[in-house]
Amino acid sequence: MKNWLLRIGFYLLLLAAWEILALVQIWPSYIFPSPGKVILSIWNGFADGSYPLAISISLRRIAIGYGISLLLGITLGVLLGRIQLIQKTLGSLLLGLQALPSVCWLPLALLWFGLSDKAIIFVVIMGAVLSISLATADGIRNTPPLFLHAAKTMGAAGFQLYFRVILPAALPSIISGMKLGWSFAWRSLMAGELLYAGLGIGYLLTMGRELNDMSQVIAVMLIIVLIGLTVDFLIFAPIERAIRERWGLQTAR
Amino acid sequence: MKLSVRSVYKTFHHSHRESTIALEDLSFDVQAGEFICLLGPSGCGKTTLLNIIAGLDKPDSGTVLMDGKEITGPGRDRVEIFQEPALFPWLNVLDNVAFGLDCIGMPRKKQAPKLGQYLRMVGLSSFRKAYMHELSGGMKQRVALARALAIEPDILLMDEPFAALDAQTRDMLHAELQEIWAKTGKTILFVTHNVREALVLGDRVLLLSARPGRLKRDFRCELPRPRHIEDFALIEAVRELLSDLREEVLAAQQKELEHEKLAA
Repeated sequence: MKNWLLRIGFYLLLLAAWEILALVQIWPSYIFPSPGKVILSIWNGFADGSYPLAISISLRRIAIGYGISLLLGITLGVLLGRIQLIQKTLGSLLLGLQALPSVCWLPLALLWFGLSDKAIIFVVIMGAVLSISLATADGIRNTPPLFLHAAKTMGAAGFQLYFRVILPAALPSIISGMKLGWSFAWRSLMAGELLYAGLGIGYLLTMGRELNDMSQVIAVMLIIVLIGLTVDFLIFAPIERAIRERWGLQTAR
Repeated sequence: MKLSVRSVYKTFHHSHRESTIALEDLSFDVQAGEFICLLGPSGCGKTTLLNIIAGLDKPDSGTVLMDGKEITGPGRDRVEIFQEPALFPWLNVLDNVAFGLDCIGMPRKKQAPKLGQYLRMVGLSSFRKAYMHELSGGMKQRVALARALAIEPDILLMDEPFAALDAQTRDMLHAELQEIWAKTGKTILFVTHNVREALVLGDRVLLLSARPGRLKRDFRCELPRPRHIEDFALIEAVRELLSDLREEVLAAQQKELEHEKLAA
């Protein structure tokens, strides 16, 4: 409760400082717009339908890209975690590829897929899939062997071991990989949309810059933050809380 | 004959040191419904033997027969219980106990009477919805016991299941296990390095020698049940077996020392 008050107080103070700085007009308002102008910009964007359209386009791209990343990443992770040979070969390649910021795949993707949604989705996948598969592999490798012994002596075999023991045991790790993957996917999407403007939220940012509309730029930035936080808050936070409660892990505060 | 271990050998090969002979020419028979305690110093291959009987490991030579048939892999007629209860933290007590029956696809409706019966037997009926971190060490082993019983195996293989518990809890579980054994008529193979525990529980105590594990003594304990760790008659038997075990423990330590010297 106290933390809440503290936080609200902090943001109110920040907003007040912003408003005062804008009022004093140290910088011209086209460089430093007031909070009111930014809110107005958001309002207008929603009123004329351009923001909802951009948001829906971006969300569709990330839904497809992230969905594919999940399927691919978890499958790869299971293979990496269970098969030594794959871990030693493909595993090292994936670790190496992590050093490559995913947006660097954009030129390649544009050549392969042309100026299309596919190119952007490809970049999103390259952003998310590595962290999901590496975290999954990690979780699977750390499954206590005793769990497998116990399950086997109770008659579990084959796929049952995967679906009843190995994957559930790796779940906390898989979830944190998914969370990390989500944030990489979101960043990759924004970077991709900024560089290759094909509608979407990133395109709104580029438009704002080209039209010298600073309040639109800030408005869109706020929307990007809000969407990222909302997904974290509505999807990952509850899952993580549920897992912590079940596993009896310390509640992080 | 329920179970028959016939001249089983098992050696573990290590890359950087001498290989260890865990079991050497080990043979014994177990009657149906017998409570057998395997007693020996740590590192004498008791766990290896249990894993071989469970089908989780294979002997280098020799065979283990169950009801006259050779054991080649894990089977639902034998369930192993480990020192660490190895309960699944993502399942609650009821789902843990149901694990084995879920694996063969038995519908929960059909499982319900069994689950209820075994949860009652271990005294955890009111904890069916609890998760593992909410349970004490003793309760966890009770869940593990119920989980094994629910499969209704002929043989329970128990690998020092109470070793990590405090003395009071262990005494209580000794009493409960004797009761459950009397009620269900299971054949039990119970590994321990504790002489008192072996004599409280076992009809027979098989004393294994230090590395390599051989059968050193087949001790029949016919004291009346239920037995308690402080029974006077038990203390006599303990004294007798203890001197044998002490010899083996010393022998085991001697070997370790020699290894150290060789390594240095």
